[in-house]
Amino acid sequence: MSADTNALLDVRDVSKAFGSVAVLRNVSLEVKRGEVVTVIGPSGSGKTTLLRCVNFLESYDSGSIRIDGKEVGFREPGTRQRRSERDLAGMRAETGMVFQSFNLFPHLTAAGNIMLGLTKVRGKSQAEARQIAEHWLGRVGLAHKADSLPAELSGGQQQRVGIARAVAMEPKILLLDEITSALDPELVGEVLAVVRSLAEDGMTMLMVTHEMAFARDASSRIVFMADGGVSAVGPPKEILAAETSNERLRSFLARFRASHF
Amino acid sequence: MGYTLNFNLIWRHFDKLWGGLLLSLELAVISIAIGVVIGLVLAVWYVSAGRVVRGIIAAYVEFIRNVPLILLVYLVFYGLPTVIDVAYDAPTSFVLTLSIYSGAYLVEVFRSGLEAVPRGQLDAGKAIGLTPWQRLLHVRLPTMLRITLPALSNTFISLFKDTSIASVISVPELTFGAQWINFNTFRIVEVYLVTTAMYLVTGYTLLFGLRLVERRFRAAR
Repeated sequence: MSADTNALLDVRDVSKAFGSVAVLRNVSLEVKRGEVVTVIGPSGSGKTTLLRCVNFLESYDSGSIRIDGKEVGFREPGTRQRRSERDLAGMRAETGMVFQSFNLFPHLTAAGNIMLGLTKVRGKSQAEARQIAEHWLGRVGLAHKADSLPAELSGGQQQRVGIARAVAMEPKILLLDEITSALDPELVGEVLAVVRSLAEDGMTMLMVTHEMAFARDASSRIVFMADGGVSAVGPPKEILAAETSNERLRSFLARFRASHF
Repeated sequence: MGYTLNFNLIWRHFDKLWGGLLLSLELAVISIAIGVVIGLVLAVWYVSAGRVVRGIIAAYVEFIRNVPLILLVYLVFYGLPTVIDVAYDAPTSFVLTLSIYSGAYLVEVFRSGLEAVPRGQLDAGKAIGLTPWQRLLHVRLPTMLRITLPALSNTFISLFKDTSIASVISVPELTFGAQWINFNTFRIVEVYLVTTAMYLVTGYTLLFGLRLVERRFRAAR
């Protein structure tokens, strides 16, 4: 237990292997209420896998992940007994996730995408759910697109619906998995603006991104992952400083600067 | 010399063809409805089942797909009642056969559709906290339906045409009506011309209707 911290998300010594390939090695990290923590690192370093373990879209081999003190995927205390699917669904409803490829439900309108969880999981009436959906669509600047199907929206608009769908459930923590990587460059700004405004409202977030400027401006802390392990953690200024003593981080940043500027 | 077309006798007995067509449609609709239920249940079961169940469902599908329908019709109508204690009339027997037959084809259509639902959508369903049953009902099945509609339309048309096989056990559907008129009037060319036109028009109307539905539900990309 981590009674000494008031971490909302507490990841402890999590390891995971796909066959003989270790994708996570003893990863530990904490996210406090209201914090925005950004995970950076080269591709294949386990960032996305870590995020997917937090809401148990993927299981892990050892360690523990707790949200608000409750073990996410396994029955307490510390057993390796997987929760029932019903229990897992309940746990997942406490976290929101936004995906790289948006993953909107293609048969539902923008409002319908948001309302599905509200009605089926939160048990709200259609009218109430519609009201909440419209509120959040307004927040992401898409009030006029409530009745549009995903196919009728641009990538940036789809992703903003994706964000609205996640936050409308009032999750304790929002997981953002490279949410601008699939977007045309000119659409990235509108999505990041929404994330920024959520951060200003105090939403707790754990995100994986390649947008270094955004990570620097919006994060409370940055976690640098390499080879499935946490290689460095610290405030943005410290981590993104060019003169860091961490060899792996320095070469990652150098390569990153070379390819992006 | 030469053959002079004379449709008078066809029109005189047209009720045989018209009544036959209606029965063909009825056989097709009932069989397809049962087949859809069989196909859906088995497809959903297949994608979530273990090796044994998958093997059994695959065996059913392969058996049906590799045996001619006409043989299955004979087996069920003449064979089955001699082995076990069942009694049914020819139309019921045919509906039973075509249901089992269409079920096998529809399992394949639905199964490939279910497997084609993008993984990301299922993840999204999990992420908002839907239970497995809710994910199936509200995410997987609706998306599957969009993906499979074109294949589904083709299967439906094909099954409608397959009702002509019922004529071999004297079910008075359209083809049987045509044969009756042929035997009784010997206007072979005329009767089969008219019958062909009736299949064509009905099939094309069905296809047109289904394409309209497809357009309305076109899979969003």
